[in-house]
Amino acid sequence: MERVLTDVLIIGGGLAGERAAVEAAMRGHDVTIISLIPARRSHSCAAQGGMQAALGNMAMADGDNVDVHFNDTVKGSDWGADQDRIRLFVEAMPWIVRQMDHWGIPWNRVVAGKFSFHKRGKKHDAENKKEKEGLITQRDFGGVSYWRCAYTADGTGHTLLYTMDNVAAKFGVKVHDRVEAVALIHDGKNCLGAVVRDLRDGSLRPYLAKATVIATGGFGRIYGKSTNAIQNEGTGCIIAQDTGLVPLGNMEAVQFHPTALVPVWILITEGCRGDGGYLLDRDNHRFMADYEPEKQELASRDVVSRRMIQHIRAGKGVEGPYGQHLWLDIHHLGRQHLETRLREVTDICRHFIGVDPVKEPVPVLPTQHYSMGGVRTDIDCAAYGLRGLYAAGEAGCWDMHGFNRLGGNSLAETLVTGWVSGTKLSEYIEKGFDASFSSRLIDEAVAAQQARIDGLINSSGSENVYRLRTEMENVLLDNVHIFRNGPNLEKAVEALKDLYARSKKIKLRSHGKWANPELGLALRLPGMIRLALCIAYGGLKRTESRGSHYREDFPARDDQKWLKRTLAYWKNPDDGLPTLEYEDPVITESPPGSRGYGESQVIPAEGKK
Amino acid sequence: MAQRRLQFEVYRYDPNDPRAVPRMDHFEVDEEPMMNLFTVLNQIREEHDPSLMFDFSCRAAVCGSCGMLINGKPRLACQTLTTTLPSKTTLHPLPVFKHVGDLCVDTGTWFRGMYQNIGSWVHTDEEFDPQAVEQRLPNDLMLEIYELERCIECGCCVAACGTANVRDDFVGAVTANRLARFMIDPRDQRTNLQYYDVMGTDSGIFGCMGLLGCDDICPKEIPLQKTLAMVRRKMALTGLKGK
Repeated sequence: MERVLTDVLIIGGGLAGERAAVEAAMRGHDVTIISLIPARRSHSCAAQGGMQAALGNMAMADGDNVDVHFNDTVKGSDWGADQDRIRLFVEAMPWIVRQMDHWGIPWNRVVAGKFSFHKRGKKHDAENKKEKEGLITQRDFGGVSYWRCAYTADGTGHTLLYTMDNVAAKFGVKVHDRVEAVALIHDGKNCLGAVVRDLRDGSLRPYLAKATVIATGGFGRIYGKSTNAIQNEGTGCIIAQDTGLVPLGNMEAVQFHPTALVPVWILITEGCRGDGGYLLDRDNHRFMADYEPEKQELASRDVVSRRMIQHIRAGKGVEGPYGQHLWLDIHHLGRQHLETRLREVTDICRHFIGVDPVKEPVPVLPTQHYSMGGVRTDIDCAAYGLRGLYAAGEAGCWDMHGFNRLGGNSLAETLVTGWVSGTKLSEYIEKGFDASFSSRLIDEAVAAQQARIDGLINSSGSENVYRLRTEMENVLLDNVHIFRNGPNLEKAVEALKDLYARSKKIKLRSHGKWANPELGLALRLPGMIRLALCIAYGGLKRTESRGSHYREDFPARDDQKWLKRTLAYWKNPDDGLPTLEYEDPVITESPPGSRGYGESQVIPAEGKK
Repeated sequence: MAQRRLQFEVYRYDPNDPRAVPRMDHFEVDEEPMMNLFTVLNQIREEHDPSLMFDFSCRAAVCGSCGMLINGKPRLACQTLTTTLPSKTTLHPLPVFKHVGDLCVDTGTWFRGMYQNIGSWVHTDEEFDPQAVEQRLPNDLMLEIYELERCIECGCCVAACGTANVRDDFVGAVTANRLARFMIDPRDQRTNLQYYDVMGTDSGIFGCMGLLGCDDICPKEIPLQKTLAMVRRKMALTGLKGK
């Protein structure tokens, strides 16, 4: 059996994984990235709007600093985040953005002189100072106090990922694409690599490493209707939780983006509203001004998404062939603006639904977009439960986002956690760490996966893997969405438990050999249902509303009982439910208070500081 | 409008199967509003043949995974609405790239080779100083770089290239475009002669026959004709002047 030996194994070739790889490679370590797809096709490339860094270069950013960025992020998280991480993050962001500039990002720059922009239904004028000309410029985003989002038109993720992949190539990082990690190899204390399935020929081989990073992104596809790319099925979270030792943090914290394109669920960047776009209802009325007089269209995503659904429930939605939707209107920004700074969005609307945003409004609905939950780590990005295992980016719950991530903070987090994990794992393996790989352990880990494959090919079951997946998606869409309540969550937990049991009786309808795609899904699906259960069960138990987790039966944020993070373990493969434990978030600077947007019923914590 | 029953002839071959011979399989799907080939192929896999291999990632025409020959033309499947198709459509994998199975080709290895061959990164002696403010650069230039940087490396231009189809060593428009992006970036300190080393050859820009299939089909509408002309002119002048 072929074995791959490397110092550092990175699972996932998106921005977080590549940034971690580059950091370790720059320190002289041998680094191998494994990726389902060519690294540049990772979902990071689809991020549009930009990334937050308190540079304070352009007129509307004048006065911004890292403390304001800190406070905006804490409020966005609804005080569910670890504040020590946020502090580290906001302090790093200015140099992180400039380092990407050094590596070649064509950041849009400040142009000196007068300009006008749309906000709160009016046109405003401002002027960029001559002394700032040529520095990195910024745009407005949701839940922020200043224009802080650095960008390259609306293709920011694309330019970041390509540039990072270039830098990875420069530093000799190896990328093995079309492979999938199907299990971690560990001895109960140390993570020693992963069992990997080759998606070219279906063969299994072990990758052995002193340190392993999970950087597989989010798991939005379990919702079916999601802005996520199709490979965002949570494979990294699944194999981490599968060890029984590593918990997933805050899985019930799922972000729904206010503006996904109906009916193809492609992201339409928050930058549209940042640049002055409006949300309109069936009467072409700007309803967000009624609900959120201060932030209006630019409240945090959880709040805007809730207001949109609330407004549709009030009978103000637009009837369309796919049910009710609302309008995003950006036509008043003008053709020039839309065909340069919002070019990808304009192309997407034209190509995918035949709507030209230069002339007409775009149909949108809140849609699953981001997973705040993931592999729980400490501030060094080291996973709980196993030494030598790290997580970075959306796959991790480093936890700077708490219960709602601010727009522009995810691309930013990929780079910061990539840098942190790459640095910390390097320090870990440089401290004389002596990895020993037991051949029996490796053989057993591979044999266990081969047995799963053989079991599926020779299954005596009858369940259709695609039907099970569709049922799982519908359970989440119907019961574990923007508005949640006890009865629906209970229904979801029961339905998912049943689906989980049925997922052990999958019968392939094709041969299952080599790179067979049906087998690939059959291997992943039980783990995907476990993730769904963590969301539904964690949500059922959390009897409060915080950030994106909104309970109609418990509408208040309960700092007395619920100022804590959920940790979901799957301790035994035969368990039907996750084991939930809880821990306090790290609060260093900002005690729980009012966000300044959204309904704010709060049950304050007594005696908790 | 009456609903159409769409017919698809899909190329099938799994190189892992020693008994396999290439064949075309026939599938039929009822057309739905806003249907594109992402929807169609998933429906075929889920309802007709779960062994069918194809690649998608973003399904929003930004990742470049789903390039294939659609009625003989290289295009992105996700971006192709069925309303633009006749009732019978053939699907083949992209030529030039190594075949993986059915509609999948190995663009990853091809492009990684390209990054290494041309040094697809900013070459500079300057050390990054985390304390320093960024270099001042004109916004117009950043937009010009972004225009070329927008390439999603789907491989359609390579598949549509007359030269690349007959010569394995030809770099294709995507490579010239990638290098052009660095040529106009003041942060890249390479000289024209250094660019000439990697692009001023018969397998580089001088192998281009100017058929411009690349420019015709680029799904992102990158101005390849203009970029190829710029690179050719720059490399020809460098060849003449020796600097």
